[in-house]
Amino acid sequence: MNWYGIKAIYIHEMERFRRTLFQSLASPIITTSLYFVVFGSAIGSRITEIDGINYGSYIVPGMIMLTILTQSISNASFAFYFPRFTNTIYEILAAPLSSFEIVLGFVGAAASKSLIIGCVIILTANFFVDVRIDHPLLMMFFLILTSITFALFGFIIGMYAEGFEGLQIIPILIITPLVFLGGSFYSINMLPEFWQKISLLNPVLYLISGFRYSFYEVSDVSLLTSTLTILTILIGCIIFITYTFSKGYRIKD
Amino acid sequence: MKNILEINNVTKFYKNSVKALENVNLNIKEGEIFALLGPNGAGKSTLINSICGIVNFNTGTIKINNMDIIKNYRTTRKITGIVPQELNLESFETVWNNVNYSRGLFGKKPDHNYIEKLLKQLSLWDKKDNKIKELSGGMKRRVLIAKALSHQPKLLFLDEPTASVDVELRKDMWDVVKKLNQDGVTIILTTHYIEEAEELSDRVAVINDGKIILVDEKDKLIKKLGEKTIKIELFEPIEKINGNLSKYNFTLDQTNKIISHTYNLNSNTTDITELLNDVKKDGYEIKDINTEQSSLEEIFIKLIKENNNELVRN
Repeated sequence: MNWYGIKAIYIHEMERFRRTLFQSLASPIITTSLYFVVFGSAIGSRITEIDGINYGSYIVPGMIMLTILTQSISNASFAFYFPRFTNTIYEILAAPLSSFEIVLGFVGAAASKSLIIGCVIILTANFFVDVRIDHPLLMMFFLILTSITFALFGFIIGMYAEGFEGLQIIPILIITPLVFLGGSFYSINMLPEFWQKISLLNPVLYLISGFRYSFYEVSDVSLLTSTLTILTILIGCIIFITYTFSKGYRIKD
Repeated sequence: MKNILEINNVTKFYKNSVKALENVNLNIKEGEIFALLGPNGAGKSTLINSICGIVNFNTGTIKINNMDIIKNYRTTRKITGIVPQELNLESFETVWNNVNYSRGLFGKKPDHNYIEKLLKQLSLWDKKDNKIKELSGGMKRRVLIAKALSHQPKLLFLDEPTASVDVELRKDMWDVVKKLNQDGVTIILTTHYIEEAEELSDRVAVINDGKIILVDEKDKLIKKLGEKTIKIELFEPIEKINGNLSKYNFTLDQTNKIISHTYNLNSNTTDITELLNDVKKDGYEIKDINTEQSSLEEIFIKLIKENNNELVRN
């Protein structure tokens, strides 16, 4: 293993995060605060409790998931697309690094950034509502696994994007709607039966449900199904990346 | 001297079926400076990128230090460095971080003393904390060289190292290249500037349309394909070339005072002593004699022209 190579990519990416620390952290903090003002105070005053949990507290896991998913994707996709755009990718391709090591460096850094932001959101949420974490280890398991999985997904976007607009299309058109419709701000039990069944087709629902269980021991679907869903997406991303690398990263041809 | 690089029957097609390299065979000796010459789109960069692992090639084998570059990519890449043609750098990073990052990528333990020495050698030390975007084009080119040397490679590829660099800096770069070579680094450079190849290289290859059309030692090449022109200035003008001089292929200039004869350096058909005797026999008095030798540039243009004509005929 080229550990120095992996470390170089990781530190290089984290350095970019450090350079833009204010923007990186300010954006999720402000967004989270706005969600609490709008959903927690305005709408939350009419929905007092869901599954016995105060509405403001109930939406915390969903908000964290929303941020983790979008940040993991955007961090990883930008991180890999940017050297492609500036042509500095030549150095990574010419270095004695395996495909696995390249992915480990980029995805590791993107997932780390998301984890930091996730923790900042938990702290921010504490200023607005009481946040209880019944299963901290399970919460960290979901947080880390989701960060890695969606950083891998972002890496795929970074490999395939043909322009900066391409980096935005999937997060805006697919991921954000899936998160909003995946029970971030409500329980699917509140929906009519037909829409409950439709919601079960949304993979993000399973992630949010499992993550919420780690906080309050309430969920829309079983913990096992949630875990299997995230693992399936993770394996799917790994297979896709392996396939793309075997074809020359879409760069080497 | 042993070969540090062996390229055998390498062919490369791009996705749109454009053939970039066709059965390329080339051996590079350890310790030499090798110049790869060719017009735009000839395949110079594709060949370098194939050797360095930046693009995949379709058929053939490439070996560095007798090791296949695909099977033993970790070992071969560790001893290889590349300076790309474009100024591809992260604008918002400092020189210091950029160079240390490159060393890390190539699996080398951080060595701040070595990087300091390298930056000083390339006159970059006082710019180490500057961001790349604050540097001039020439300085950026030096940073690229520092990055390529950060992991102490034995084989260095310079893809148009002095493109868009002013004359003074170009001479500085040549000194850097010569110094590196003296330190034991084998250098392969592509260039448009024939004078650069003439100044630096031991051997030269000419590539055109993806094929290597010639490989030879620079001096031999100039001797083999080069021409020399002897210009004889006479005291009195002459009307017409006749008498003993008619057996030579002389041309007369507009003043009718300078007669010129061009001959191949490799041929033994022109005896200069006899030629001068013939001039004297015909009663002409010689005022001055001047000789001009064709440059590598003229040889290169001639070769490419011949090769293109051959391609059209085929």
